Amino acid sequence: MRDVSIGQYYPAISFVHRIDPRFKLVILILYLVTVFFCDSFFSFGFMTVFVLVAILLSRVPILKVLKSLRFVIIILVITTLLMMIFYTDTETAPLAEWGIFHIYLNGIYSAIKLGWRLMLLVLMPTVLTLTSTPTELCDGLESMLHIHVLAIIMSIALRLIPTLIEETDKIMNAQKARGAAFESRNPFKKIKAMIPVLIPLFVSSFRRADDLADAMDSRCYRGVKGRTRMKKLKAKLSDFLALLFWCAVTVCVLFLNYNWFGWTFIAVLSI
Amino acid sequence: MSFLEFKNVEYSYIGGDDEFISALKGVSFSVERGEFVALVGCNGSGKSTLARLCNGLLTPDSGEVTVDGKLTTDKSALFDIRKKIGIVFQNPDNQMVTTIVEDDVAFGPENLGLPPEEIRARVDWALKSVGMSEHATSGPFRLSGGQKQRVAIAGVLAIKPELMILDEATGMLDPTGRREVLDVVKKLNREENMAVIMITHFMEEAAAADRIIVLNKGAVAADGGKELFAAPDVFTAAGLDLPLYVRVAGRLNEIGMNIGCPLTVDEFAKAVADKINGRAGAKK
Repeated sequence: MRDVSIGQYYPAISFVHRIDPRFKLVILILYLVTVFFCDSFFSFGFMTVFVLVAILLSRVPILKVLKSLRFVIIILVITTLLMMIFYTDTETAPLAEWGIFHIYLNGIYSAIKLGWRLMLLVLMPTVLTLTSTPTELCDGLESMLHIHVLAIIMSIALRLIPTLIEETDKIMNAQKARGAAFESRNPFKKIKAMIPVLIPLFVSSFRRADDLADAMDSRCYRGVKGRTRMKKLKAKLSDFLALLFWCAVTVCVLFLNYNWFGWTFIAVLSI
Repeated sequence: MSFLEFKNVEYSYIGGDDEFISALKGVSFSVERGEFVALVGCNGSGKSTLARLCNGLLTPDSGEVTVDGKLTTDKSALFDIRKKIGIVFQNPDNQMVTTIVEDDVAFGPENLGLPPEEIRARVDWALKSVGMSEHATSGPFRLSGGQKQRVAIAGVLAIKPELMILDEATGMLDPTGRREVLDVVKKLNREENMAVIMITHFMEEAAAADRIIVLNKGAVAADGGKELFAAPDVFTAAGLDLPLYVRVAGRLNEIGMNIGCPLTVDEFAKAVADKINGRAGAKK
């Protein structure tokens, strides 16, 4: 018996955890669109501040957030470097040049902006998955898009993942007892040793699926037709406030970007 | 008309070698509302097939199965039939659909299309009936086998069936888990007047029932009350082991001790104690 955590949910009691998953999803979409509107360093900084506030409010340690992004950060650094050395500006002279590589001042700016933008784009979805369980997200999607089958499929999948992991363990132990070479250094031998694990696992999954279907049928399941739910998502005042807050952030960014009224202080900020 | 009725039911399936294996041969019996029936038989006697025939998961090759007057072959009646007959299966892990106990119990009533408040009430009631209220929000992985099976029972109970079939529901449990499940089922039968068919090969469990049906090689070998234990040949012929105390009592009766036919360990102990005390008293 063991607990296998699915996804990267970080259990905590916080304002962010409590937000209705539907509002979280809407805010996420709003946020992602806003990030694409960001153009100046100031607006990037502006967004970053609010992302940091969101992370602090969620009570997830920042290190934990960054840790779950470690692979993304590597890709991000590489992208930024490539952008820097391949950026071509025809109007100014390059700061440095080696063969096909060249660095322009504008190239450095663009590369930093690109990296920053990508970072912002991946940060918020990470915060979302850290603060909501897969079930919550699924319920949110279900009630927003009215895909009722999705909720059942997801819930069964999530329910069975730990069971299958347990089963894999059992089968592996059984095969080890008969001398299977899981610990071999030879990758071919290792792959070959997995076959006698996968086949029984496959067979037992089908058997489980059969049993589960019988159990569901017996409990009056007839598809999503006529099905009601016990738990209905209820929007709270705080959910609306959170959404309103992010709308305000979006408007601010648009202002910074377009400066509709020609205010000079905004013009100064749009570096 | 009986609540559940089997009339001359035959069922066969295709075995591993492409040959028909006859699982049930002309089975007829009926069960009334509120009865507590144990269905016993050794492996391969057709017990599980019989359970699946009751609510239309399988349909008979010939003969008919009726629930409250409705044929299980009538597809449009299946939903109603399954509302009336719930089945708890052997492996608790293979009948849970969600990661949270109360959501799983809610699955049945949700399928019935009940309003949320009614579902909530039924879920709370069902979990309380099986004594699992304090685990309502935990995940099934923190539970023991007996607890998981009680959750499965709650899941069926929340549909409020008139008959609950337990298809070797205690087969994978340890003795403690078995007792937990059996106690819950007995209580439901007594207090909710819910009919129970307990499919098992543990004779100790069968001894708790009011009526016992013995299935041997796909046919009903015996059908009767606790008096069946007085002539236990019918069980041994079906390949079943009698509870130890029944066997000991049989031997004691053979040598003329005459302690009758005790059906629980306690009854046995009491009968023997009475006999011994009685004799000691006579000698003095």
